[in-house]
Amino acid sequence: MQYKSQSVSKLYFIAAIGLFVGQILFGLILGLQYVWGDFLFPEIPFNVARMVHTNLLIVWLLFGFMGSAYYIIPEESETELFSPLLAHLMFWIFLVAGAATVAAYLLVPYATLADITMNDLLPTMGREFLEQPTITKIGIVIVVLTFLFNIGMTVLKGKKTVVNLVLIMGLLGLAVFFLFSFYNPANLVMDKFWWWWVVHLWVEGVWELILGAILAFILIKITGVDREVIEKWLYIIIAMTLITGIIGTGHHYYWIGTPEYWQWWGSIFSAMEPIPFFLMVVYAFNMVNNRRKDHPNKAATLWALGTPVMAFLGAGVWGFMHTLAPVNFYTHGNQITAAHGHMAFYGAYVMIVLAMISYAMPILRGRVAANSKKSQNLEMWSFWLMTVSMVFITLFLTGAGILQTWLQRMPEAAQALDFMTTQDQIAIFFWMREVAGTTFFIGLIVYLISFFVGSSDEEATVK
Amino acid sequence: MNEMFTKAMARNIFYGGTLFFFLLFLGLTFDTMTVVPTRSNDNVIAKDANGKRTELGAQIVQGKKVWEDNNCVGCHTILGEGAYFAPELGNVYVRFGNSTDAIKAFIMSRPKNGIPGRRSMPQFNLSDADLEAVAQFLKWTSEIDTAGWPPNIKG
Repeated sequence: MQYKSQSVSKLYFIAAIGLFVGQILFGLILGLQYVWGDFLFPEIPFNVARMVHTNLLIVWLLFGFMGSAYYIIPEESETELFSPLLAHLMFWIFLVAGAATVAAYLLVPYATLADITMNDLLPTMGREFLEQPTITKIGIVIVVLTFLFNIGMTVLKGKKTVVNLVLIMGLLGLAVFFLFSFYNPANLVMDKFWWWWVVHLWVEGVWELILGAILAFILIKITGVDREVIEKWLYIIIAMTLITGIIGTGHHYYWIGTPEYWQWWGSIFSAMEPIPFFLMVVYAFNMVNNRRKDHPNKAATLWALGTPVMAFLGAGVWGFMHTLAPVNFYTHGNQITAAHGHMAFYGAYVMIVLAMISYAMPILRGRVAANSKKSQNLEMWSFWLMTVSMVFITLFLTGAGILQTWLQRMPEAAQALDFMTTQDQIAIFFWMREVAGTTFFIGLIVYLISFFVGSSDEEATVK
Repeated sequence: MNEMFTKAMARNIFYGGTLFFFLLFLGLTFDTMTVVPTRSNDNVIAKDANGKRTELGAQIVQGKKVWEDNNCVGCHTILGEGAYFAPELGNVYVRFGNSTDAIKAFIMSRPKNGIPGRRSMPQFNLSDADLEAVAQFLKWTSEIDTAGWPPNIKG
């Protein structure tokens, strides 16, 4: 660790991993409810478990992004963090607020939660992914703004690098677009239109800047390639991301009451959204192949190479699969979307955070550069277990989605099966998804164990 | 990458491209805002010059709040967005035979302890006013011009 204050990121990474475990446990509950309809009913209805699953994902990724920034920003700026105290304080506020919100989801009916948090004053609840009580949303804004202030001041007093700049732009965009979660028009169509300004412009927009910056940082560190080369790639990748992704928002505006011209804008631009991910694959492998040095942290290298590949498959290929309007007409809002969502989130955002943790955690825990061989081997096992499981989760959900499209959407009304009949017909895919989900969980356990084995062994070295 | 293609050029493409396409997006957004009211019968829920809604308009807006306060989107889709655990509700009014009564009857009749082995909607114990409100909201939603989606009445 080059700067003492980087150590604050360790807290954030630990919290991220803890919440990740919670997310997967609730994912397993949801998967089971798909095939065993009254599992945990009425104590934990599906909607509650889903809210916990998705909200935990968002919160732990935010912890991961913040932890990454607290590690990267001082090192890139070549100066100590502006205020480690503030970073500690915000950590506990965010963790307590997040835990309290999830506990409330589980302990009281959602309508009661809306009531006691006075949702009527400024109704923002009850919309997908934005279910948090308004007071929690305000808390998130305060935490994120304080965080931005802290890293912003650090950059101002230190060196300004492209990695720093892109990372901060991404995080600033995250804060700015989250503000649209406070705008909830009475007209459902308007509500949906602006809701995507948070959701799409996050995950297919500014978050990709964060992803790009973290990946660039890791590649600079583990390959020793000249940063000028990496920064040029980074600019081109994020340029393609936003050039395609901003108008690409249109692929959500086909069937929600917005004008038909979005079918053209959305189809054409979102069809190009795989390009930046493809470039990212080419670039990551190029940088590693042209490395100037060998880095002893093989596990981090594996995550760093795995991220663009899985992001390209999940976000790029699986996104393209149903993004053209004539296809989307039949697949909109069925299991194809779920398939895409799972692999895209895992490939792009889960893996980049795990890559960063893999790179930084050994150093934060007092190693020079890497964990022992034993620990790394186990971590690489967990990489393959989780990644291959996610591929299968995605394939099974895709199978479910194709059949659902075929049975429920394609036929004329008289021949088409209704929703629940279709769900029964495709149940076998949901069972297989649950099996794959279980192996994912086993992979996650192996990942956790990798932090505790080989700690007394000597550090892996480059042969 | 090619030596001719410099980092400064890449940076300029990023800033220029982002700015250009964001402005284009804003332009399209502006146009959409002028079209959505007609496509969604906004006049029914709009406030008049005195800032008041009609009784029906107020009911629909209340219905959207009932929808949100009970996290309906956590299981259902509405116009294809939400969770994929329970049926699409954007066209449920039509699927239930153009009847708000049928919608209300369905919501009211959900068993408190579910259905053994099957998915079941929770019993939300909605008041009569909230039931009527959410049914009117779903009726209004079914009348949005969604460019012909869903492909058939099954949703």
